[in-house]
Amino acid sequence: MSAALLIFFVLAGLAVLGAVALILQSHPIHSALSLILVMLSLAGLYLLMGAEFVAAVQIIVYGGAVMVLFVFVIMLLNAGEEERTNFSKLATFAGVPLALALGGVIAAAIARSSGHLPAPAANGALTPTRELSKLLFSEFVYPFELTSFLILVAIIGAIVLAQREN
Amino acid sequence: MNAIFAQYGFLIVATVKIILLVLIVLTADAYLTWLERKVIGHIQARWGPYRVGPHGLLQPLADGIKFILKEDPLPEGVDKKAYFFAPFLTLMLALTSLAVIPFGPDITVFGYRTNFGIADINISLLALFAITALSVYGIALAGWGSNNKYSLLGGLRSSAQMISYELAMTLSVVGVLLIAGTLSLKEIVEQQANGNLGLLGWNIIGFSKDHAGLTQIIGCFCFFMAAIAETNRVPFDLPEAESELVAGYHTEYASMKFAMFFIGEYTAMITVSCLSTILFFGGWLSPFPASWTLTHYVPSVILVPLGLWVFFDGIRYETIFGRIVLPGIGSVLTLLGLGLFAAPAINELIQGPFWFFVKVFAVLFFYIWMRGTLPRFRYDQLMDFGWKILLPVSIANVVLTSAFILWRMQG
Repeated sequence: MSAALLIFFVLAGLAVLGAVALILQSHPIHSALSLILVMLSLAGLYLLMGAEFVAAVQIIVYGGAVMVLFVFVIMLLNAGEEERTNFSKLATFAGVPLALALGGVIAAAIARSSGHLPAPAANGALTPTRELSKLLFSEFVYPFELTSFLILVAIIGAIVLAQREN
Repeated sequence: MNAIFAQYGFLIVATVKIILLVLIVLTADAYLTWLERKVIGHIQARWGPYRVGPHGLLQPLADGIKFILKEDPLPEGVDKKAYFFAPFLTLMLALTSLAVIPFGPDITVFGYRTNFGIADINISLLALFAITALSVYGIALAGWGSNNKYSLLGGLRSSAQMISYELAMTLSVVGVLLIAGTLSLKEIVEQQANGNLGLLGWNIIGFSKDHAGLTQIIGCFCFFMAAIAETNRVPFDLPEAESELVAGYHTEYASMKFAMFFIGEYTAMITVSCLSTILFFGGWLSPFPASWTLTHYVPSVILVPLGLWVFFDGIRYETIFGRIVLPGIGSVLTLLGLGLFAAPAINELIQGPFWFFVKVFAVLFFYIWMRGTLPRFRYDQLMDFGWKILLPVSIANVVLTSAFILWRMQG
């Protein structure tokens, strides 16, 4: 087994572990921490595929900024332990079969497409960060700017909502 | 032996470098506390540590022994996972962030060429920001997990402060990135070497051949202010404001767990000083032009008088122990300076690290100076300063810098 494959399985395992723990933990903070583990493992997987910029941004934006806000709000609201209720019948009779079906569909899709996956660019000669920025500001400049505009609108909206009482 | 080295050379060298760096940084942290107490003491017309060893030089050792021997009680009602994980996380991230710092140019030792630092990656600046972005969890978890309202308030304040100042910190370095055109810290330093007259090429002055007159002094100011806030230091140390919050997020920690937060904080200080040196003060570059070869003797010229002074000051010290140790340190420094004078090859090798150390020391001294001089901000002042001054100014810096570069490219 090559080192890259080994690292892939470790990171993928961590990501799945974090995702499962996110659901099973009863305390919101522990759930948030599990989600951070998922984000970090994903960043590692991106790095493994040679996408160093995406990996760093994944940690800075999702692992850092977004999850800090989650943790901050949970701490601020002082949310306590989640109370376990009896699972609803709908979850047992419709949820479990549907989840199994979804897993089957994904597994089938992966099994069918194996061999057609593009090989990751793993050599250091590439500078994906520079290529990425060139693409962002030439070919995809309109979607990029529109997205920024959308985010700006969201920021202004948040400020307006926060100031409504005054 | 050679065959093994050829195969695993990188791993061996990297491991040795990691061990060396951790040892050096932990020692530096210990003596940074000594320096801080000494400098602040003298600013406030006190002596600072004086009893343990000559001039209190063994104080860090005494502190270390105290940290290990103190009782480590577990407060009631803590969230054990968060409580135990937080100090480890803080220390781990602080030490990891040093891995991408280049302390000097590439060196060749016994025919093996290697970079002067642990990892030389092409997005080292982003990697550094990624690591520091995670460091807020250490403080937030410590505050939340301690089951103490003062800790919780400290943790909350710290999270809010870090979110606010991270934006300004990231935006303030965009100007440097625009000039350098790379995210690699090594290349950012190398790009600053093309000034007409040594230090004039540094980003803070900006009289390099490509971008004459493009100073990043605003970016430097914003970066340093935001960095102080990110490392929770005076005047932005509200997360641990002792007059209101006892000790903030680490109130409930004692013994080695407290020491881990402490070491983490000082390591973060060192990292930030290294980073501002690299981004704005030319990293390991000498302030003199490369053609002035006589300036290569500056390390000797500084070390020999310093050593002599320590020697002659030391033989008049109060205690006998001091009269032995201080002249000893003095003669080692003097011999070191003379040795560099006699061995030009080694002298060339230490030029880069020497200037890097001098600059980092100056920045660290500035940090301590601020702590000894400035009062703490009020919480609303802190938020106002971050959002209403630092953020707009750093955005303006980005706009001005890019406009200038565009103008130079066309003209």
